[in-house]
Amino acid sequence: MSEIPEDLRYAESHEWLREEADGSLTLGITDHAQEQLGDLVFVELPEVGGDYAAGAECAVVESVKAASDVYCPVAGRVVAVNEALEDAPELVNQSPYGQGWILRLAPSDPTALDGLLDAAGYTRVVAAEDT
Amino acid sequence: MATLFDLSVPGRRAGAQLPPAAPPPDDLPGELLRRDPPALPEVSELEVVRHYTRLSQRNHGVDTGFYPLGSCTMKYNPRGANALAMLPEFLERHPLAPEGHGQGLLACLHDLQEILAAVTGMAAVSLTPAAGAQGEFAGVRMIRAYHEARGDHQRDEMLIPDSAHGTNPASAVMGGCRAREIPTGPDGDLDLEALDAALGPRTAGIMLTNPSTLGLFERNIQAIARRVHAAGGLLYYDGANLNAILGRVRPGDMGFDVVHLNLHKTFATPHGGGGPGAGPVGVSARLEPFLPIPRVGHDGHDYHWIESADRPQSIGRLSAFAGNLGVALRAYVYARMLGDPGLARVSGHAVLNAAYLMQRLRALGYEAAYPDRRPGHEFIITLKREAHAWGVRALDVAKRLLDFGIHAPTTYFPLQVPECLLIEPTETESKAELDRFVEAMARIREEAEHDPERLRGAPWTTPLRRLDDVRAAREPDLAWRPE
Repeated sequence: MSEIPEDLRYAESHEWLREEADGSLTLGITDHAQEQLGDLVFVELPEVGGDYAAGAECAVVESVKAASDVYCPVAGRVVAVNEALEDAPELVNQSPYGQGWILRLAPSDPTALDGLLDAAGYTRVVAAEDT
Repeated sequence: MATLFDLSVPGRRAGAQLPPAAPPPDDLPGELLRRDPPALPEVSELEVVRHYTRLSQRNHGVDTGFYPLGSCTMKYNPRGANALAMLPEFLERHPLAPEGHGQGLLACLHDLQEILAAVTGMAAVSLTPAAGAQGEFAGVRMIRAYHEARGDHQRDEMLIPDSAHGTNPASAVMGGCRAREIPTGPDGDLDLEALDAALGPRTAGIMLTNPSTLGLFERNIQAIARRVHAAGGLLYYDGANLNAILGRVRPGDMGFDVVHLNLHKTFATPHGGGGPGAGPVGVSARLEPFLPIPRVGHDGHDYHWIESADRPQSIGRLSAFAGNLGVALRAYVYARMLGDPGLARVSGHAVLNAAYLMQRLRALGYEAAYPDRRPGHEFIITLKREAHAWGVRALDVAKRLLDFGIHAPTTYFPLQVPECLLIEPTETESKAELDRFVEAMARIREEAEHDPERLRGAPWTTPLRRLDDVRAAREPDLAWRPE
């Protein structure tokens, strides 16, 4: 079973979000997502300053098996990207909730996180996929 | 294995069979002439022959073994078709030769246009797209041109099921549309509610593969066609899986407006080494003015090229001349050798072979992704259970198959089925060959349970062992240069 930390919010499309002290949101893909994709070989990051609608594609992760879009579960503006992933995409595999974060977002609606899944909800999504 | 450069010895050459050296051209500007000789390997003729013979022996092709690579239709390429396409009268005709020289070639191409129109239920065909993806591009451009010609400039959305052929979204975008994904339901058919929600005044059309990449015939195709047409959109048929319905069901009768065919798959021309392919497009009557040029016309007497002056609305040319005509000729001979009844036997045996393999593999304990559906010419097994229970993945099974002299099936595609193998036996394999594959899969299953390391370390008998594909992608080393 993959790791699903209690203190994060999740999207059904397998992204996680964490609210930082300054109100920004850190986004990455879940442990389950990186397991399914296998070893990543490339992460395409967005431009800092780009605006994304909820559900829009904001990055691409590519493994030897497949390339997958990463969706932005809430609307907002990209304020930072994890440039370390350009040279070391394997960070997403090694530490999906830590060093493998993908981008940081200033949400247009500060309460948008409330509409996302909590750890229990996301656990059910993963369990349903496994049956 | 050593490269020819490794074998190179300064001064060694094999000049006896070279044509006599021509004097260097004297009309080239001096600054364009090279000063140093090119860094070519210096080897003997025998060394070259051995080198390339060894390389060919390390290859796996449909000529050396079973090749059930799902979605790719790796069937036998009849030698007769090859021999006829290599006739000097075809091979040596200059593409700019006048129409009067080469009426035979034009007649063959015209006949092929008619044959392809007949098997797809389309009104007209252009042979010029040089590959499947170019056929898709041409199809999307024609759909756009049709809407533009009617003043429907806002129609720029192409609907694409998640079970479509993988190239479709890219072709839609290259053709000037936005790709919009439509999900399939749990039974493998398109989700009609999601389709209804997506249809609207911006709908340019829908791109469907039928049977889909799940190997399943889309049962609601007529309802889909009605709804898309009612919304003002057109239907595009990706011919990737035409092998399953050839001579039995016609895309035109299902309601499709545009079709592309992969001659290199369905019509048995060589592929798998990077081409060349051929992706002719067929259209219903209302799209005929937009077909790419050149095409071959017939006035009842002579054959002639149909060019842009004849079809001002054409989306234009896709290559300098008329496409990969050598491939078209092979496909023409193949179709003529089989005739109508033969083409229907192709799909009959392709589907029978797939259904047989699926049932045999299920009996061994493998899980079919869609056990309740009758497969088309290909089917999917999922190794999700084996991965959980024994830590053996689809990749390991695929690699182990290589030790049995069998090319791996397509792995991890389509994306919506976890740990999947997409298996397409094609119609040209005998029952004995299919049974040999089943035996290999039976033994692999035993090993998966009792000796999983045997799979995780595979292949053991190939010239190269398991490759580090992650490192190859992260640190690509694409060119060799002399030290």
